[in-house]
Amino acid sequence: MASDKQINVEDIAKLARVELTVEEAAEFQKEIESILGYIEELSAVDVEGIEPMAHATAITNVFGEDVPGPQLDREAVLGNAPETLDDELIRVPKVIEDGDGGTH
Amino acid sequence: MKYDVVIGLEVHVQVQTATKIFCRCPNRSGAEPNTLICPVCMGYPGVLPVPNREAVRKTILAGLMCDCKIAEYSKFDRKSYFYPDMPKNFQTSQYDLPLCGRGYVQIAGIGFSGEELPAAEIGITRIHLEEDVGKSTHFGEYSGIDYNRAGVPLMEIVSEPDMTSPDQAYAYLTVLKQAMQYGGISDCDMEKGQLRCDVNVSLKPAGRTELGAKIELKNLNSFKSVHRALESDIERQAAVLDGGGELLQETRGWDDDLGDSYFLRRKEGDDDYRYFPEPDLMPMAIDNAWLEEIRAQVPETPEKRRDRFVAQYSIPEYDAGVLTADRPVADYYEETVNAGAPAKKASNWIMVELMRELSQANVPITESPISPTALAQLVTAIESADITGRQAKDIFVDMFKTGNDLETVKATLNIVKTDDSEIRNWARQAITANPKPVAEFKEGNEKSMNFLVGQVMKASRGNANPQSARQILIEELGKS
Amino acid sequence: MADQYVHQLSPATLFDAAAELAAGDATSTSLCRQLLARHEATDNILNGYRQLESDAILEQAAAADARRSDGKPIGPYDGLPIAIKDNIAVNGQPCGCASRILEGYTAPYDATVVTRLKAAGMICAGRTNMDEFAMGSSTENSAYGHSCNPWNTECVPGGSSGGSAVAVASGQAFAALGSDTGGSIRQPASFCGIVGLKPTYGLVPRYGLVAYASSLDQIGPLTSDVRDAALVLDIIGGYDPMDSTSIPDTRTGFIDALDKGIEGLRIGVPKEYFDVDGLHPEVRQASEAAIRAFSDAGCEVVDVSLPSLRYGVAVYYVIATAEASSNLARYDGIRYGARYPDTDLMSTYFMTREKGFGKEVKRRIILGTYVLSSGYYDAYYLRAQKIRTLVRRDFAEAFKSCDVIIGPTSPTTAFRHGEISDPLQMYLTDIYTVPANLAGNCGISIPYGTDSSGLPIGVQLMGDSLCENNILRAGHWLMESGKS
Repeated sequence: MASDKQINVEDIAKLARVELTVEEAAEFQKEIESILGYIEELSAVDVEGIEPMAHATAITNVFGEDVPGPQLDREAVLGNAPETLDDELIRVPKVIEDGDGGTH
Repeated sequence: MKYDVVIGLEVHVQVQTATKIFCRCPNRSGAEPNTLICPVCMGYPGVLPVPNREAVRKTILAGLMCDCKIAEYSKFDRKSYFYPDMPKNFQTSQYDLPLCGRGYVQIAGIGFSGEELPAAEIGITRIHLEEDVGKSTHFGEYSGIDYNRAGVPLMEIVSEPDMTSPDQAYAYLTVLKQAMQYGGISDCDMEKGQLRCDVNVSLKPAGRTELGAKIELKNLNSFKSVHRALESDIERQAAVLDGGGELLQETRGWDDDLGDSYFLRRKEGDDDYRYFPEPDLMPMAIDNAWLEEIRAQVPETPEKRRDRFVAQYSIPEYDAGVLTADRPVADYYEETVNAGAPAKKASNWIMVELMRELSQANVPITESPISPTALAQLVTAIESADITGRQAKDIFVDMFKTGNDLETVKATLNIVKTDDSEIRNWARQAITANPKPVAEFKEGNEKSMNFLVGQVMKASRGNANPQSARQILIEELGKS
Repeated sequence: MADQYVHQLSPATLFDAAAELAAGDATSTSLCRQLLARHEATDNILNGYRQLESDAILEQAAAADARRSDGKPIGPYDGLPIAIKDNIAVNGQPCGCASRILEGYTAPYDATVVTRLKAAGMICAGRTNMDEFAMGSSTENSAYGHSCNPWNTECVPGGSSGGSAVAVASGQAFAALGSDTGGSIRQPASFCGIVGLKPTYGLVPRYGLVAYASSLDQIGPLTSDVRDAALVLDIIGGYDPMDSTSIPDTRTGFIDALDKGIEGLRIGVPKEYFDVDGLHPEVRQASEAAIRAFSDAGCEVVDVSLPSLRYGVAVYYVIATAEASSNLARYDGIRYGARYPDTDLMSTYFMTREKGFGKEVKRRIILGTYVLSSGYYDAYYLRAQKIRTLVRRDFAEAFKSCDVIIGPTSPTTAFRHGEISDPLQMYLTDIYTVPANLAGNCGISIPYGTDSSGLPIGVQLMGDSLCENNILRAGHWLMESGKS
């Protein structure tokens, strides 16, 4: 399981939308490989039949009731936005459709 | 060359709740941009989601209405991708433990193309709950985002690839919409974005088991465009294959104006959404008690209601079909009958007169000026011959205009029931005054009776009951 | 040097200050002026605070004083100031998390803990420096300069709540809020000679805490004694409907537990703890002395075993970075914070996140993205969550035979700035603290002596979930006993 793992830091950085400089990429490649090497020891642990622990508490069915609550003023939202449009929308640069535009 | 067509639909339905899925912002459309927002649905630093119980209940309800297996244990997961309409750059959705599993819907009847649609069962793979994203408006070099829609609860209904024709796809959507409306889950108005549909269609040589390349079609704005797009793309794909070409898995957009699809992107394997369980939300355990509670809230399906109308009210299947097509109409009908109206007459008056007036006035039946009680009064009065057919029509028009009940309208219009002794008087007068038609009638001319009846009607200023008049005339004529 | 920067206020604690306010021996204004004077005198060197608005503080102090002289104080803590770590939202204040990517952002809401502090009349005075997005163990990863340990300004104060620890240790605050994901409250408390408490997961609401690792993060107090830690916990703890992970039925009244003494408390000593590579001998000795102190006082001392200790750091760094990579995806320059605009959307994302995030944050985002990515999820993330279950089981087993688990908070005392440059080496300093985050139970760091260079040593007491009373009692006793 361990042997075929090879991280390519630049590819992963792309997935995470972080643009690394050439120096950073080289530095991170080394550092992260070392960290992964350390993490490798986890593969020796016997986890047969063990349930994963996704939460620190065992609560279920936490819900809110369907009753409206207070909203934010548009000014507060637009005030925090780096660029706005017509005092009503948040403005972003054009989207170049590249196969991962999340459209529904 | 003959091809098998394989169609699957992925339908997104906005769940009708008062508030959004993870925050208590109002869930409605039409508001000024970026006014139905709060730190949670804007994905501000430090916020946390709290799931809307009603959204979960309605999703389970939807599943029960489609005969889905409801999960005993379900959870939310994060689906990661970057897009400006997604405030957190991940969508809180469901991955491997959706609320609803396998189910099905039944389709039948006449297809959209006009051809008969044999009864068929279309499988549903799963229904899960997720959050909707904001709305982008594109302006060329830039876009503007409105987050009002971000966080609206959204059900994703995935069908099995069971459909084999555009007619089946259209019927599937119709049945789904009906179920959602019946359940009070969504109005499924595509123009308002309450229902969105993506289509997957592939062709393979007839009889071959291996599936062909799956083509995804997006940007379908109505059930009609779904039908058109499918017809068009099946043709396009068949032409490519006929010409010896190869089809590759891809996503295409549909241009309804042009009536053609266009290439959007190639789908090279699945996007890596890096799903993992949502750590900010606790899992859901749907125990039997809760499930039964929701099951008790499942409304009668349109099909079952139709069959019941036929059995319970002895009305023809055609009538029952028309009345149950929309839940509010069916509700109105039953209220009218429960208020005492005779079943078949009530059906006629609603299907013909009322629906016509409502349509002309552009008013939904839920806002009908004539209440079910008032209509029941009217129809009952006709049945008991308390008023004549002619009088009924006048009363109906006034009722629609004023919303008044029967007695009030009768008073306003000065509608009186003529009793038989009066009719007998007019009948005798008519007989006396018209010897020729009387003679003709006695010789066997039925038409002359109509004339005599007309004379009685005239004498009564239209208030006499024509059937009574005819009967009494015949009696009187028989005496001499 | 310690004399110049390490400072105990007079009154020394919130508890004492409340008593003086009630007795009329101090005013909120006089108390706040003390802090502001200390701030003037020390913080241009120590850099504990990111922001401290004296005018606003004195205004609120004056208002509290007015209420008190009218006989209408909000409560006993009306007008007492508390410092807030820069990753906790206060309405109208920036919430920068010591990161450039949040420059210009103003929080439009209060964190639940802040709402509760304000409801008690407390003044949310000042925002403290931290490791960027709480990722670090030294407060060297701040985009606004590192903080300095008041005991030796060439040393780190620990992290990521380093600024909060500095503020309390240097007398610039009576108390501060920090956050703890892998030790970020306890370790800086240990390095700075103060008390730091990580509550049971779910006891203190996270609504308003900028998320680093959602299933591990907790807000907690850094204070000069245990009573103050209990006092703050009583105010900020308890169920919150805005936080779905908050425990529905939680108790408070922690401050009452303190004077119950330690009779009947069983002290557990994990045998694996003293075998750790890099455990400084003087730190070890301090822990051993603490154990002896409990034993001499009549407590039963038992051997327990936490075999999963050796995997803790690795498990932590898989889970924390995975959750962090997702939690930090929202910082993209679109809705708030800094935007480094470019020609198209994709470039804007890349540029904003490249320029806005520091190195450690980028490193963890990449690691976290990797362990969640297709093909690696099972081997890393899923596996780590399973081993996490084993960590929890170890604690459950251990707490069958003891009430408090004792050990060092950190393998060493405060190291020098720049001394640890290898990220992995830095991660390994969390070995004693991450287990409590993984299992979700509580832990407190108690100052217990100094090493031969005069740097403080911290002893950690861990309790089972919702058993804060045990560690508060034991910690209070230990600290009082150490003073004699």
